[in-house]
Amino acid sequence: MPDSVVFFFIQVLNGVQYGLLLFLVASGLTLVFGIMGIINLAHGSFYMIGAYLTYALTEATGQLWLAILLALPIAIVLGLALETILIRPLYRRDHLYQVLLTYGLILALEECRSLLFGDDVHGVAVPAIFDYSIPLTGALSYPVYRLVLSGVCLALAGAMWLVVQKTRLGMAIRAGYSNREMAASLGIDIGMLYRLVFAAGVALAAFAGMIAVPIASVFPGMGNQILIVSFVVVVIGGIGSIKGAFVSSLLIGLADTFGQVYAPAIAGMSVYVLMAAVLLWRPEGLFGRRA
Amino acid sequence: MAEAILAARGLSRRFGGLTAVRDVTLDLRPGEIHAVIGPNGAGKTTLVNLLSGELAPSAGSILFEGHEIAGMSAPAIAQRGIARSYQRVNVFPDFSAFENCRLAAQSRVTSSLRLARSRRDLAEKAREMLGLVGLEDTRRPASAMSHGERRQLEIAMTLAMSPKVLLLDEPLAGMGIEESRRMTDLIRGLAANHAVLLVEHDMDAVFSVAQILTVMVDGAVLASGDPESVRRNRAVQDAYLGAGNA
Amino acid sequence: MRISIELAVLLAVLAGLIAFAFGAERFYLQLFSKIMILAIFAMSLDLLVGYTGLVSFGHAAFYGLGAYTLWALSPETAAASFYLSLPASMAVAAVAALAIGLLVLRSSGVYFIMVTLAFSQMFFYFAQRSKSLGGSDGVYVNVRPDPTVLGFTPFNLGRPQQFYLVVLALMVLTYVLLRYVNASLFGRVLVGIKSNEARMRSLGFATYRYKLAAFVLAGALAGLAGYLDAAQFGFVNPGLFGWQLSGEVLMMVILGGMGTLHGPILGAFALVLIQDLFSDATKHWLLPMGIFIILAVLALPHGIAPWLKRFSPRAD
Repeated sequence: MPDSVVFFFIQVLNGVQYGLLLFLVASGLTLVFGIMGIINLAHGSFYMIGAYLTYALTEATGQLWLAILLALPIAIVLGLALETILIRPLYRRDHLYQVLLTYGLILALEECRSLLFGDDVHGVAVPAIFDYSIPLTGALSYPVYRLVLSGVCLALAGAMWLVVQKTRLGMAIRAGYSNREMAASLGIDIGMLYRLVFAAGVALAAFAGMIAVPIASVFPGMGNQILIVSFVVVVIGGIGSIKGAFVSSLLIGLADTFGQVYAPAIAGMSVYVLMAAVLLWRPEGLFGRRA
Repeated sequence: MAEAILAARGLSRRFGGLTAVRDVTLDLRPGEIHAVIGPNGAGKTTLVNLLSGELAPSAGSILFEGHEIAGMSAPAIAQRGIARSYQRVNVFPDFSAFENCRLAAQSRVTSSLRLARSRRDLAEKAREMLGLVGLEDTRRPASAMSHGERRQLEIAMTLAMSPKVLLLDEPLAGMGIEESRRMTDLIRGLAANHAVLLVEHDMDAVFSVAQILTVMVDGAVLASGDPESVRRNRAVQDAYLGAGNA
Repeated sequence: MRISIELAVLLAVLAGLIAFAFGAERFYLQLFSKIMILAIFAMSLDLLVGYTGLVSFGHAAFYGLGAYTLWALSPETAAASFYLSLPASMAVAAVAALAIGLLVLRSSGVYFIMVTLAFSQMFFYFAQRSKSLGGSDGVYVNVRPDPTVLGFTPFNLGRPQQFYLVVLALMVLTYVLLRYVNASLFGRVLVGIKSNEARMRSLGFATYRYKLAAFVLAGALAGLAGYLDAAQFGFVNPGLFGWQLSGEVLMMVILGGMGTLHGPILGAFALVLIQDLFSDATKHWLLPMGIFIILAVLALPHGIAPWLKRFSPRAD
């Protein structure tokens, strides 16, 4: 098989891997918005928190998997604490105030990161068992860790699908999407549901940050960067739609990857062009509900 | 008999598996009050939403002055001269009654950069309509008004649009006896210059003002005609009137 | 009676601001100029948020465009014409607002917030990666725009006092313009849209057109503010497109009280002064800033301005 075809195939793999990672973050965002009606700008900050915690704990323990195991509960607890103190007062308020408060939260969290970890870029080594590449042709090979990453994200996506489609919790989530009053009248404890959903969103974003560290490194502003792209995912996919988030994450992952490689001059713009195109065609997103 | 100014032909609306309005055919003539009655969930409000353009029909056509308007947007239909009032009061809560009506009247003119207060005709119209429904022109925001006053405001706003056709969705709901009587008299008087489609549950009012009655049940028309023959219709009695609602 | 009290207060404040130009030191003249530029920016956003009910989190896109346009029109070692560059900057911002508005205004509520943010980030990334636009280092307007016409130079933007007075004049013009728009038939439609858009549509108003017009006007005025920013210190960088600035200006509008026009002006003063307070205290001033914003949103749902509600030019 000619090198150029294999190269193309590699980009597809990269695009899918980025898209799947993006899906973890964006699904949390769309879940929180779809069920709780909260627009949380600080969602990307949890990605960052997951990544930095993992970096620090890997430095301390020497093991990535151990770091992730420890970091995840910390991130979730932090997320729940923030939800209780700051997000809950916003439930019934205008999106405007949610946006402003979470904007303030981003500023504060970024600065805390700067205080605790400094402003340098850090990396974490790929764990030894995954630190090799599968040879594809004479010159090209593909890193196993990226395959592992994709696999983990895919597994999580599958688990999410199972929960939403096949469990009572999933039924509550789907009820919550369409009608909060109805869910309440079904006897579902809305408060508990909201806490669960928010915790899930935080966990997904943080976990994505954690597993991505070996290939993406930790750097200032990483949270905001992924937040913006997540917003684009949600806009393209349709607010509140996990299916939409999945499809559009992959679309964006591929568009961005191919853009970087084949048209670097307009790299980064491809995502926005895609968004503009979707907006022209369907203002409510690919799988969104018409207002 | 005059030509129908607003005509629905085979009008239907589905929501997924549910058919809210089923093959409805109905004529509205100028100078006539056409009442639409029926049990809750019969599709009456959906019908109004279809005629006003707030909902697009799944099938059928709507002709206004001979032109097809099905599928047109709500603003476009309102501009042609069809105005509707809401069952659940839908006013501007932050504005006074006067400003609510003035804005409704403004829909008839081009909203340019002219100073709003320079258009005295709009202010005149607003005051006139408020007087017609019996509302005082105070500067209180609508949110501070009583429910009954807001209902009156709802009608005043609809009238301030200077429409040819009025779609009134349960204008008497929640009104006391005195207010109902006044509103009923008002509606009766409207027939002179408008075509009125009146959706109502208050049977006394309906029988005292309507020239034509259409009964809807489960989204479809059960019977239609002059009030007396409809009242005597067996099927109608069984489905609606006979259940003690007369 | 009420109106003349309001007018008296406004004139008194104006008189104070003019007098300030003749008494204050250079540092304060520059600080207040910066604040008034942000006030223009904030008032333009108030037109969207406070009057039309459109919450944009990407208003910096037009601010940045105004700034970059001045740079693009400014020769390396000479001044651009004030009379050409200022309208050009506003026009570029307006055209961009038209294009973006056509795409974005069919979306409602939360979508609108997200999409406006995304589009402003698009400009940010473009500016950051583009070598011709100077990339992340930014570019410089080396010589301030020159208002010389027919040999006569009415003012010199290089002199802080004169720059201050020009900005003050433009801020007053913006205020008067927006007050007028608010009182016009068009303005009444905007306020109606914010109050109950669905009802406006059923009354017969084609609300999309009005929102687009408001968006374009707001964009043009934001472009004016960006132009003045570039003219003041000459440093034009991608951060002028950034979400941080979009968030700041939104905060100014809310802090001061939206839907009042003088609220955003107050908010601009308050926020910049608070920012200075914090940044004098610590390098990590964004932390107390973030906390302040959080507390302000929790505590003050309606901003400072309602306390001055008697003078509010709101709908009645």
